[in-house]
Amino acid sequence: MTRNDVTRVVVPRSGRGVWLVGLSAAAMAFLAVFALALSVSAARLAQNWAAALSQTATVRISAPPEEMAEQTAIVLEVLRTTPGITAAREMTDDEQAGLLEAWLGPDLPLDALPLPRLIDVTETPDGPDRQGLRLRLSAEAPGAVYDDHTRWRRPLAEGAARLRQLANLSLVLIGSVMAAIVMLASSASLASNAQVIRVLRLVGAQDRFIARAFVRRMTLRATLGAAAGAGAGAIAMLALPDPASGSSVFSGLGFQGSAWLLPLSLPVVTAALAWIAAKATALGVLKGVT
Amino acid sequence: MIAFHDVAHDYGGGPLFRNASMTLEKGSFHFLTGPSGAGKSTFLKLCYGELLPSAGSVSLLGQDMKTMSRDDLARTRQRIGIVHQDCQFLDHLTVEQNVALPLSVTGRAVSAENLSDLLAWVGLGGQARALPPTLSGGERQRTALARAIIASPEVLLADEPTGNLDWDMSQRLMSLMIELNRMGTAVLIATHDLNLIRFAKTQVSTRVLRIARGEVQTAGADL
Repeated sequence: MTRNDVTRVVVPRSGRGVWLVGLSAAAMAFLAVFALALSVSAARLAQNWAAALSQTATVRISAPPEEMAEQTAIVLEVLRTTPGITAAREMTDDEQAGLLEAWLGPDLPLDALPLPRLIDVTETPDGPDRQGLRLRLSAEAPGAVYDDHTRWRRPLAEGAARLRQLANLSLVLIGSVMAAIVMLASSASLASNAQVIRVLRLVGAQDRFIARAFVRRMTLRATLGAAAGAGAGAIAMLALPDPASGSSVFSGLGFQGSAWLLPLSLPVVTAALAWIAAKATALGVLKGVT
Repeated sequence: MIAFHDVAHDYGGGPLFRNASMTLEKGSFHFLTGPSGAGKSTFLKLCYGELLPSAGSVSLLGQDMKTMSRDDLARTRQRIGIVHQDCQFLDHLTVEQNVALPLSVTGRAVSAENLSDLLAWVGLGGQARALPPTLSGGERQRTALARAIIASPEVLLADEPTGNLDWDMSQRLMSLMIELNRMGTAVLIATHDLNLIRFAKTQVSTRVLRIARGEVQTAGADL
């Protein structure tokens, strides 16, 4: 038998703790897939929202019907001559009806409602002098209000960031629990194999060798468990509605493209975590054995 | 090889023995005898560092046991062979795997031919693949001896190696250890079997240490 062969067989296979490590790793990896998905999705949502709302603004014109066309023309002219504005376009009735449909239902009789006129504005990356623009608009079209979406954008971005923090915290907690389980199982395994350790010490085995035999077993089980758990988690993620479909509340949750490497990396991360936790525990316990 | 200087040891209830001094020279053959509970096993454990003395010093292969690091102790144990009273096997490994342990845990090559020859030498040629729990008492003792000597140790320490064996098997095992001693290995055997000591004395030059009433003395020729 080579030294590696001995490392593989020297610890009896019957330890229940080792199987518990595998099961725990599977459960933790399964949960970690969802925490990762939440983290990735929150980041993506924040990015999408920011991209969708940045460099855009809306001018809302509230005026009596007989003045609406005149004020709209004035506002469009002001916007056309303002540095930092690349485009300004009056929204059609159909577009306005589409915006209101989510709140007021289809077949909206726009004619019967005193609705403001909306102008869709596209800004340059640096944007206009918003304070100056607001002053010009109030002077030339008193019914016009310039809205740069800041009040919508900030809470959305903050919410997404908070969601991502929670997901990352969940990942840290899952990792900590996994490490704690491996450490407890390693201690239990070392305690239940005191005779094995004693024999190995008597025949001249160094702590590094003995630790390796236990660490190997723990790491292998944790890695296999994590692979199974991550695989099950990935399948569960695939069963969720397609993120691109936009068909349900879950449609934003999931991995896209290279983000799928993250759940696939969970077994590797678990292996490293289990190896460190088991080795530290084993070397600590072995110090007390002569 | 092994030197005790004014060694005392107690388990907390008073000294088991005190002021014990002795030297185990290269190629020597010692017996350690005394009544049950006198401290023979403790004496052997002090020899290979499973226990540390309460007072005095123990030197193993030139190193003071008290100042040895854990790795030093492990490396030193690679140079000695130990036969335990209760054999101390890994029951899930076969006889040949157990016998090869001292080599395989230290990364030294295990030659299948040498292993086979050794097992044949101790009369276990047909038991190589057996598991220790299936062996008889004599087979277990011989397996323990084979494991103790596979790495060509400079010192062999044996604690009641013939306990629970019949006289024929005891003689056979003792003959193996005498043969090993003739090849240069220092041997220290703890036993309460005076017949065994007398048998060995007919074949090899031995010294006998006796532990009694807390003292370790060199026994006379009155065995």
